[in-house]
Amino acid sequence: MSVMKRVSLIFRAKADKALDRMEDPRETLDYSYKQQVEMLTRVRRGVADVATSRKRVELQMNSLQKDLTKRENQARNALGVGREDLARAALQQKGQLQQQLDDLQGQYSSLQEQEEKLTMASQRLDTKVQAFRTRKETIKATYTAAEAQTRINEAFSGISEEMGDVGLAIQRAEDKTAQMQARAGAIDELLASGALEDHVGGPGSQDYIQAELDRIGGGNDIESELARMKGELESGAPKQIEADGSANGSASGSGSASDDVPAPVAEKPQAGDGL
Amino acid sequence: MIVRILGEGQFHVGGEEAAKLTVLDKDLDAAVSAADEPAFATALGVAVTLVRAVGTPVADDEFVTADYILPFTDATVAEVRKLLADGTIPGDSIGLP
Repeated sequence: MSVMKRVSLIFRAKADKALDRMEDPRETLDYSYKQQVEMLTRVRRGVADVATSRKRVELQMNSLQKDLTKRENQARNALGVGREDLARAALQQKGQLQQQLDDLQGQYSSLQEQEEKLTMASQRLDTKVQAFRTRKETIKATYTAAEAQTRINEAFSGISEEMGDVGLAIQRAEDKTAQMQARAGAIDELLASGALEDHVGGPGSQDYIQAELDRIGGGNDIESELARMKGELESGAPKQIEADGSANGSASGSGSASDDVPAPVAEKPQAGDGL
Repeated sequence: MIVRILGEGQFHVGGEEAAKLTVLDKDLDAAVSAADEPAFATALGVAVTLVRAVGTPVADDEFVTADYILPFTDATVAEVRKLLADGTIPGDSIGLP
């Protein structure tokens, strides 16, 4: 038999079974209405749950994106100091993060889709339930119990199908959300443990690339400071004498070279005084 | 006839299109039997597009049951098989205790 027909029969069988159990058809209307309202609450809660999951994935995506940018910067810095091996490692990790991010992007889209669908289902059921409430009161007011039976059957079967549809939609959303939450939980743990970073990284270090870059960075500072100090030391002694000499010279005007020190100095002030 | 697309609601569909749906339904059935996901997705896509294009949405205050029910537009063969096999429809709470 056909798929579409079989599915419709399954839905109808559910409603028929429920109708068979009815004793007072009018009470059934009220009972059914109560369940519809419960279903509405459930679908609204479903929308909220999916939205929460979506936001969680969004936060994870932001976190991964930050890590990804960090790796890219590390790769650039590593190349800057001539460490291609480190740059390569950083880019490898960036690639892994990108994969995770792509995966999350897929999850995000899926959750977004579920959220939209559930929101629509919620709106549709809401409208239908309101119409049912009106119909229920009309049936109760207008028809005798015997006459009401057919109308009730119609309304009940119709709303049953709608409820079945929405019920399936909620279940799908719940299943999807549960899957996502399991995966999101795993990623949270990975992010927290630094395992994502460690995955390619060296043992014992959460971020050995950064540690290495810091080390090189620190080393460079030390090297350059040492070089500066050495330079100072090499040219330092004459400089200091020169400095003293120039100090004297400046006091005595344009000192005439550094041949003799005290004698000319003693002469020159006199000459300057004379001028 | 009345056709429901799960997740989208009910539509009135004319006789000519209904006949087309019946043909498509055979494709769906074959795909489900053979667990042929691509064929299933294709047939489902065509059927859904047809119903959306030619169908008139059933009014909110109209309570009717569908002659045909199309699965969710992104349903898988496995999902449909499960539905057909155990007939479990969540929201069974629509029934009475």
